[in-house]
Amino acid sequence: MSARVLLLFFVAGSVFAQVTFERILGADKEPQNWLTYSGTPFSQRYSQLNEITTENVKDLELQWIYQASSLEKFEATALVVDGILYTVQAPNDIIALDAATGRTFWTYAYNPSPKARPCCGHINRGLAMLGNTLFMGTVDAHLVAVDAKSGHLLWDTTVAKAESGYSLTHAPLVVKDKVIVGTAGGEFGIRGFIAAYDVHTGKEAWRFYTVPGPGEPGRETWGGDSWKTGGASIWVTGSYDPALNLTYWGTGNPGPDWNGDPRPGDNLYSDSVVALDADTGKLKWHYQFSPHDEFDHDSVQIPLLADLEWPDEAGQKQMRKVMLWANRNGVFYVLDRATGQFLLGKPFVEVNWMNGFDEKGRPIRAPGKVPTVEGTSIYPGSEGATNWYSPSYSPRTGLFYVSSWADYASIFFRIPVKYTEGRVYAGGWPKSYVPDGRAAENFRKDEEGRGSVRAIDPKTGARAWEFKMNDVTDAGVLTTASDLLFSGGREGYFFALDARNGSLLWKATLGGVVASGPMTYSVDGRQYVSVAAGHSLFAFALKK
Amino acid sequence: MLVSLALTLTLQAQERNPLANDPAAVKAGESEFRINCSFCHGIGARGGGRGPDLTRVHKKHGTADADMFRTIHDGVSGTDMPAAMGSIGVEMKDQEIWQVIAYLRSVQVKTPPPTGDAAHGKALFDGAANCSKCHMVEGKGGRLGPDLTSTGSSRSIQSIVESVRDPSRELVPGYQTITVVTADGQELKGIVLNEDIFSLQMMDTGERIRLFEKDRLRSVSKSPVSLMPPYNTTLLSDQDLQDIIGYLVAVSAK
Repeated sequence: MSARVLLLFFVAGSVFAQVTFERILGADKEPQNWLTYSGTPFSQRYSQLNEITTENVKDLELQWIYQASSLEKFEATALVVDGILYTVQAPNDIIALDAATGRTFWTYAYNPSPKARPCCGHINRGLAMLGNTLFMGTVDAHLVAVDAKSGHLLWDTTVAKAESGYSLTHAPLVVKDKVIVGTAGGEFGIRGFIAAYDVHTGKEAWRFYTVPGPGEPGRETWGGDSWKTGGASIWVTGSYDPALNLTYWGTGNPGPDWNGDPRPGDNLYSDSVVALDADTGKLKWHYQFSPHDEFDHDSVQIPLLADLEWPDEAGQKQMRKVMLWANRNGVFYVLDRATGQFLLGKPFVEVNWMNGFDEKGRPIRAPGKVPTVEGTSIYPGSEGATNWYSPSYSPRTGLFYVSSWADYASIFFRIPVKYTEGRVYAGGWPKSYVPDGRAAENFRKDEEGRGSVRAIDPKTGARAWEFKMNDVTDAGVLTTASDLLFSGGREGYFFALDARNGSLLWKATLGGVVASGPMTYSVDGRQYVSVAAGHSLFAFALKK
Repeated sequence: MLVSLALTLTLQAQERNPLANDPAAVKAGESEFRINCSFCHGIGARGGGRGPDLTRVHKKHGTADADMFRTIHDGVSGTDMPAAMGSIGVEMKDQEIWQVIAYLRSVQVKTPPPTGDAAHGKALFDGAANCSKCHMVEGKGGRLGPDLTSTGSSRSIQSIVESVRDPSRELVPGYQTITVVTADGQELKGIVLNEDIFSLQMMDTGERIRLFEKDRLRSVSKSPVSLMPPYNTTLLSDQDLQDIIGYLVAVSAK
């Protein structure tokens, strides 16, 4: 009892040390904490912790469960700062827990407006923290700052109009004295943007529209007035490179999703990665993965930054600042993150909408592969080859890991469409190749494809190994310095693989879909692995 | 707010479709139907794999205008029919619901489809034709095949005929045939209840529910061939089949 009280005093004494931006930049040097959505500004979701190994991972056991009082999907990745775990109970309640026991310190309850119209659930993917302040985007498109000691609201800024279809679902990104978010709502004909707010006041510092307006470069890629309803939403967190002072964000589909007729042109900067000056929001470069998309190929994936040996123009290997990206459109990309130069693009699942790239790295579209009134078969299918769930990169194995939906098609239909504010603006729909209705809980026919964790060698795009699942997956991937890989899927398993070869080392049944990214932290030298499944958050550690 | 609420109440409270027989409403309704309804109810409202044929005069959840409005507006709990507002693709304002109803009236087929002798059909279903060994109707019968209580209204007559004559043509989801051989060599046939990376749950032909760890099975094979035998005209004459369909249509209309 007294030891526990002492421990709490110790934790309380350290937790309220400021989370300075320098600490966030050096997050990899304090692996007991998990300071940002993806672990570090490079978003590798890789941890230096190594108490849990490939040998002892079989001895993991459940330490605690936090049961959310919400029936929405639990997609948040928690933050852990000096023994305190902060997460979000959907839609927008912030919870502070003891990271070793799961006991709650406080709850900040936010009531979103009933006018909020998020397309795909009243969900939230997590928080950002700076100093003693937590930041959360809300489903009714507000950004709130909450005191990490007390759970009290510090400021509340309206980012966009909820009733027009705008919402915030991803964890914000802190860069220096600004907190950066982007708006979701790509099925509602919004005009997407990324904006930075002063961490102290919530006042907007800059805004970058992902759909350029009159007088801005890229406006010519939208026929007529289609830029006003162009979509290009943001719903996962970006990354930051301090040496280049660039912040990188993946953008969503152009609107309407499946009928491109109202928006002739490439539709910049939909389905792209944009590199923005973190101080001004000015565009440094962009790369568009899917010009004039009609398959809902959101490029809403985590921009994963890594430094790799790469051959220069003379064929000499040099360290290069790159970005690794397994896209919803089925292609794995390597880009130069200083310039946006296309270095490599190779399908990582079956793909039939494109046939390779031109010399500038623009995809060459396969003729006839567009949605039609009668329906067109497209690989990958409607949910893409991957989606928002976090990939991982291990500097130890040199491999990139991604949860994927492999080798399936959908039939894409096009219908006429007209815009009405606040209503769905989609222009068609995708249909599964097998009759409607699911055969069984986790049962999938071969034509429906399967979920898998795939390991890709980023230097070649070649697959190193694959762990096949029966059902598909919305789970992120975590790797550690002891060559462990953690992930899960819709079947409700949380499992550990050997990151070197994909062999199964441990599994637990969590009784609910894993639709979140695992993360790891330690308290008093004891390593925990945490993941959300169903409506609960779980923490595992080795048997004592 | 009050004005729009009042307008909503006026439109909802209608017993009859205010847009009935309005050619513009029928045309608009056809477009709305294609966007919001045809995914399940098929092009032309003739039924899909999931939603009933709506060209029939009799509607399962009420045939009057007000009933159809309620079905579309509120959805039908316990079925795949969603409420009009709130999810992608199915999002209709009251006026659009009335347009869809106007359209559905325009494609309604006046003469009911010909069906056979329901009493004789029931006798065959429960007796000589062996249907009830595997299919339930109104809580009685077997479990290896789909429950057929509402099939008479949810599927077209033609598709019922095809399913009886050639059951493997399209297996109903949830009735995938599976054969497993256990470690001790026992072969079991049945239907898959659930499957994941590591385990398999099935109902065998004796209706026993079983769970297996996959790595302990000698083999697992799934087949697109239905456990149901094809009923050719020697096994079941066209007239007897029509009588059974007559029975299913009668039961589903209750």
